[in-house]
Amino acid sequence: MLKTFPKGGIHPPENKLTADRPIVILPVPAQVTVPVSQHIGAPAVPVVEKGTAVKTGQVLAQAKGFVSANIHSPVSGKVNKIDTVVDTTGYKQTAVIIDVEGDEWLETIDRTDSLAKDIVMTREQIIERCQQCGLVGMGGATFPTHIKLTVPAGKKCDMLIINGVECEPYLTSDHRLMLEKGAEVLTGVSIIMKALGVDRAVIGIEANKPDAIINLTEVAKVFRGITVQPLKVKYPQGGEKQLIKACTGREVPSGGLPLDVGVVVQNVGTSFAVYEAVQKNKPLFERVVTVTGRSVKSPGNFLVRIGTPVTVLIEAAGGMPDDTGKIVNGGPMMGKALAMTDVPVTKGTSGIILFPSDVSKRAEVLPCIRCGKCSSACAMGLEPWLISVLAQKGMYEKAEKERITDCMECGACAYTCPAKRPLLDYIRLGKATVIRMVRERITK
Amino acid sequence: MNNILNVSPSPHQQGAETTRKLMFGVVIALAPALAASIYFFGTGAIIVTLVSVLACVATEYLIQKFILKTKPSVSDGSAVVTGLLLAFNVPSNLPVYIIIIGAIVSIGVAKMTFGGLGNNPFNPALVGRVFLLISFPVQMTSWPVPTGFKTGYLDAVTGATPLGIMSEGIKNGETVAALMEKVPSHMQLFYGYMGGSMGEIAALALILGGLYMIYRKIITWHIPVTILLTVAIFTGILWVIDPTKYADPLFHLLTGGIMLGAIFMATDYVTSPMTAKGMVIYGIGIGVITVLIRTWGAYPEGVSFAILIMNAFVPLLNMYIKPKRFGKEVKHG
Repeated sequence: MLKTFPKGGIHPPENKLTADRPIVILPVPAQVTVPVSQHIGAPAVPVVEKGTAVKTGQVLAQAKGFVSANIHSPVSGKVNKIDTVVDTTGYKQTAVIIDVEGDEWLETIDRTDSLAKDIVMTREQIIERCQQCGLVGMGGATFPTHIKLTVPAGKKCDMLIINGVECEPYLTSDHRLMLEKGAEVLTGVSIIMKALGVDRAVIGIEANKPDAIINLTEVAKVFRGITVQPLKVKYPQGGEKQLIKACTGREVPSGGLPLDVGVVVQNVGTSFAVYEAVQKNKPLFERVVTVTGRSVKSPGNFLVRIGTPVTVLIEAAGGMPDDTGKIVNGGPMMGKALAMTDVPVTKGTSGIILFPSDVSKRAEVLPCIRCGKCSSACAMGLEPWLISVLAQKGMYEKAEKERITDCMECGACAYTCPAKRPLLDYIRLGKATVIRMVRERITK
Repeated sequence: MNNILNVSPSPHQQGAETTRKLMFGVVIALAPALAASIYFFGTGAIIVTLVSVLACVATEYLIQKFILKTKPSVSDGSAVVTGLLLAFNVPSNLPVYIIIIGAIVSIGVAKMTFGGLGNNPFNPALVGRVFLLISFPVQMTSWPVPTGFKTGYLDAVTGATPLGIMSEGIKNGETVAALMEKVPSHMQLFYGYMGGSMGEIAALALILGGLYMIYRKIITWHIPVTILLTVAIFTGILWVIDPTKYADPLFHLLTGGIMLGAIFMATDYVTSPMTAKGMVIYGIGIGVITVLIRTWGAYPEGVSFAILIMNAFVPLLNMYIKPKRFGKEVKHG
């Protein structure tokens, strides 16, 4: 029996159209737009100005405070301007726009392809390097990595879990990394283990990626303390709390963090970035992005410089199909719809999905028939039908008691609803309000 | 780049299941039992079914169109299901005007007055049936005898139901063993060879429909299995105490409306609990009340009343029986 989380979950069509497409290196575009906030926390502060000549890997913006991350130049060239742009989230923010000239990297970056397996740095050096290189969680949440690697006093961590689940339909960027860069990923895992001071790491991979499971199991033989755990294909298997429960049986408390049960979770993409930062001194300025969709001519996995316009990615995949009705940044279950394609790839961009117009609009909303399918689908044991109505009617105290803040917004409820009710829309609204309410109560 | 992009919050894909597919899944599940009814009761079953379904759909359509002035939603299939279930719950020789009254009460009173689909506290078809049972006691308890396909309708030969024979006999001091001679064998009951409401007779066909609904994930096993188990255990205890006064559990499971009730009536989404634990409590309640009415009540059969009584507890069950949450609750902060 494959391991999984105990309650809820759904089986959306997997649609992994690009699972067998090797990672293609996308040429450097003519211009990049690099937002200063590509992470959770305070935006970084630009340290370049109009006209500054920059090299690939050079710091463009300095982290502001502890919960923040450095932003590096993904290209070499000249700063065209520092301006306000719309990013993938649809919000406006400051970005450094650079006209590309050649591709001259900082000399300190080791550009060789050879595998550097020996870890010479100390814990502190590793964490400092991750901070310098602007590493953030690459599964989508983009939480600064150096904070996650720093176990606060009083907390204990005895185990690292690597998220190789990639339970979102369509996305295959982590899958390809596990296949093509297995040794690098596992070296990254070993580095994270050293930083955390743990001797055990489990890589959770959904059983729909048998080649990745076989490859990493084989490679892991020469790494101490790393095991591969195949997991049942069930969404949201890659939810942090669900993954921990499946791999360890430990249940993160409501409102708690993985560290409350002695676990830290990192994503496969992040592990690879840690390897490159620590062993090759390479800042985070490029990432693998899956560009896919049912009508896309040549969907694929691309190694892309941060700041590359989404338009360029779509061109690389054969251009925008005529029937495109919606473009999603991220997975179809949790990603964000783009209002326009003239937005840059950021550290958190795992995929660009182009949906044909016939599936890009929501179906007509019908009355709730109280079938309870949303409750059965909820991996957190919540009652989406109830908390969505409570939010809709503004009954936030009740919604808090029903643990609306436990919702991770995976969308399983809205997916499964036969009446096509916008359950998650209301829950999101209620959750944001309840969180604000709780904060105000605490500060009073 | 002429495309106008749709923007909406996640999730960006929706499952294939729809209200209409679920409702027509129930219709498919009812098909074997309907076929059995037509086989045993002939044209009467066809007439009752057609009148009931048409009357239910028409009532909903007319109310939405002319009284509520909203877009009619009969295409969701819920009125068709109610119509079928109402037909299944009445004798196959019921006059047309009574069926129409039942349909108007089911849809008009029990469903639309509460706000239509999703808002009715009581099972519409059962409200209609119980209304008819109280208003037209003679017509509602004259049960056609299963004869194999016949073309008669109102002139069908009638007789008592096995439960009626049993209940009456025990009151007159006859022993269960002697009464068993007067009712069809267990095997005949299983196939549906007994008097009763049009759609409740064929246990085998109803079970097939139930298995289909579980396979299609329209319902879960919780409600039907707990009702049937409760009835079996409760009547089993009585039977062990005094087999001359109480019929055996299998007889109870195969007669009356228990199969139809457990599989199709009690599992109605709108009027049943939404958590597995709630469903089990609800099922036990229906089972216990059914046996209480059958054994000590004035009516020989009590499934309809049992379900309606437990319908009233559903809001309470939904409020107090919560699913197991993920993660212990800790102080927020």
